[in-house]
Amino acid sequence: MSDLSTVTPAPSEKQRTWPLVSMLWRDKLAFVSALVLVVIVLFAIFGPMLLGDLATSQNLRGRNSPPFDLARGWAFILGGDSLGRPMLARLIVAARSTMLVAAGTVAVAMIVGATLGLLAGYLGKHVSQAIMRLADVIMSFPSLLIAVIVLYVLGPSIPNMILVLAITRIPIYLRTTRAEVLEVRQRMFVQAAVVMGASNGRIILRHILPVVAPTLVTIATLDFAFVMLAESSLSFLGIGIQPPDITWGLMVSQGRPYLTTAWWLAFWPGLLIVITTLSLNLLSNWMRVALDPAQRWRLEARSTANG
Amino acid sequence: MADALLSVQNLSVDFHTVRGTVHAVRNVSWSINRGETLAVLGESGSGKSVSASAVMNILDIPPAQIVGGEILFEGKNLLAMSNEQRRAINGKRIAMIFQDPLSHLNPVYPVGWQISEMMTAHGRPADEARARTLELLGRVGIPEPENAVRKYPHQFSGGQRQRLMIAMALALKPDILIADEPTTALDVTIQADVLALLKELQAETGMGLVLITHDLGVVAEIADRVVVMSNGEIVEQGSVRDVYHAPQHPYTQKLIAAAPGKGDIRILAPDLPVLLEARKLCKVYGRFTALQDVSITLARGQSLAVVGESGSGKSTLARSILRLEEADSGEAFWKGQDLLKMSHRELLGVRRQIQMVFQDPTQSLNPRMSVYQLISEGWDIHNLVPDRAQRQQRVRELLEQVGLSAEHATRYPHQFSGGQRQRIAIARALALEPELIICDEAVSALDVSIQAQVIALLDDLRQRLGISFLFIAHDLGVVRDFADTVIVMKSGEIVERGPTEQIFSAPSHPYTQRLLAAALDPDPDVQAKRRIALAQA
Repeated sequence: MSDLSTVTPAPSEKQRTWPLVSMLWRDKLAFVSALVLVVIVLFAIFGPMLLGDLATSQNLRGRNSPPFDLARGWAFILGGDSLGRPMLARLIVAARSTMLVAAGTVAVAMIVGATLGLLAGYLGKHVSQAIMRLADVIMSFPSLLIAVIVLYVLGPSIPNMILVLAITRIPIYLRTTRAEVLEVRQRMFVQAAVVMGASNGRIILRHILPVVAPTLVTIATLDFAFVMLAESSLSFLGIGIQPPDITWGLMVSQGRPYLTTAWWLAFWPGLLIVITTLSLNLLSNWMRVALDPAQRWRLEARSTANG
Repeated sequence: MADALLSVQNLSVDFHTVRGTVHAVRNVSWSINRGETLAVLGESGSGKSVSASAVMNILDIPPAQIVGGEILFEGKNLLAMSNEQRRAINGKRIAMIFQDPLSHLNPVYPVGWQISEMMTAHGRPADEARARTLELLGRVGIPEPENAVRKYPHQFSGGQRQRLMIAMALALKPDILIADEPTTALDVTIQADVLALLKELQAETGMGLVLITHDLGVVAEIADRVVVMSNGEIVEQGSVRDVYHAPQHPYTQKLIAAAPGKGDIRILAPDLPVLLEARKLCKVYGRFTALQDVSITLARGQSLAVVGESGSGKSTLARSILRLEEADSGEAFWKGQDLLKMSHRELLGVRRQIQMVFQDPTQSLNPRMSVYQLISEGWDIHNLVPDRAQRQQRVRELLEQVGLSAEHATRYPHQFSGGQRQRIAIARALALEPELIICDEAVSALDVSIQAQVIALLDDLRQRLGISFLFIAHDLGVVRDFADTVIVMKSGEIVERGPTEQIFSAPSHPYTQRLLAAALDPDPDVQAKRRIALAQA
């Protein structure tokens, strides 16, 4: 078997020029996910500019109008909300704040958490103790309570939301990273790097981080959905995003009272949250394989065996 | 053949993987009777364990698939039986022990309970099982059986754990015991004890013993017949003596020729300048003394072997010199400068001159870096060879120097075999043009034939480039071919040192003598003579 593993098909010319795209194409689910995410990002960038007015214009005759009815024009294909605004336009416009808060929170939490986790895992006992106790403090403090206090004092705005939500999510990344670093630093290739004279920074960035990264990315994609919903509960309490700004999470919570009479108010934004999270998750799965040299062949193989 | 107690006939097993079907074993046949010892000899990947796994019904199906053949036990085909019927045979009539007893003993139960469970699971009453457990523990040489039954697996040493596994396997007096590399993870002296125990038990109970191993010495010591496997096929079988003295198949001939410890012993060249001198190194972990007053001297171009069993402090010695651990006291002079007192800046310069090759290349090479990145990393760290074209040229040269080819540079470690990976690790060490390479069990994890190649490579590098070696090993045979001077360590102390010739021909310390006596010779006749001598003594 060891002999077989040395025989890897030479990548073709096309694969060499677009290695990632061709690997993405091999995994059809990941490819679709990537397309979905690109569309959502385009919504977030251009949505408010193109549809901003439409999304806020009220049409009281279209209050809670049912979906799949073209009588009021294409904007109402997904129905209208409780003030008669077209759902489709609102969903597209809401993509921006939703993505800003969710991506911002996850990015900040991941970067800060992973950095602290790497330091806590690699540096000495005292640094580690200090960082870990800090994480314990954050974890033992009810996250909603921190959010209420901080947002009440600082006032609700997107940067403040990101700050608050990120702080509550940091310990998850921190603890996971530290646990993995403690294991990885014992591995022989780290020792080999020490023998070669590599500095701490080099060992952490070149040898430990790449091994830990896939786990972090997976957690981050799962966290995405959590953050979207946490943001909606803050908005519900009146300290998050405030109308006329909209996010999917806010739309879900605004639609909740009408669940029995107008299910589409909560359903469409909920569906978008699910689709976004699912796409991210599938894409992160693909990324884990594509970035691991020992697994990459699954995406490079000529045959489309179900790998 | 047909009336053998257990016979495997024309067994073929395929493994279905994403990359296609691998024929793990093809048309394998062997048989064993009571009182007999059959060795299945092969290197890693030869499929030597697959047929035994099929007998024990522990193949993972799928990905494995038995495509042909039958396994007859007392004339009945095991492969045609239901799982319940096979469970009644497994453990009771045919038992198995494994290479790594720690992973096959459950860490959360006391060992006495685990051995009794073996019997109660097959319907024996609990009190009878308890009594038999005590008897068994005494029989396999575990001290104080009454206390031992209440202990947990981690409280035993590796050799004792293997004894526990043997006790468990023998609980129901099986007719056949399958031992899969039973002594590979053990030190030589303990290996000798465990093999002796297996032999005694076999004589007492009359069971058949199937021994799966890669070690010619083990075969010579214990087996009556041997089956040699290569690439999933039996290439040769016969009595151990016939196969050793008159191997027919080229693979067997190669395997026997590769056994270490047969080359010329090197004579130490006198008056070489001293490169490394360690004086009175001490290191204590809690109450465990890892190093006590260890002093070594290594001259330029010389190779010094440090031999000892696990826990003897030989790795700690290397790690202390490299400052991977801080020694408690002592000095280590590298060209006259004390390594142990150097600042980090000074140490960086020395790190270039001393390189290390680790035991397991699978772990010592970062799996996410290509061979090119692995080899050139040292240049990044020390700001050497800045020119890209020149780098590529050097990587090519280094790969060729260690017997790989230039196109390997873009590949990743998992695409290579174990021996090739160790070559990459050696190329990486050579990239910084070191004056000393410390090999920590650098060939222990490799198959015999590959071991021989790697040692030949190291020896060649020593002669061509004048690199010194500090060679740490537990295997005396390997050291004999390679070292100028040998140091024998035990419990953190050096018990004997001297030129290789002297250590092998006239060992003075009793421990060295025991080590030498316990090392198994691949020649069955030599082993037989040693056994007789040992019995008389």
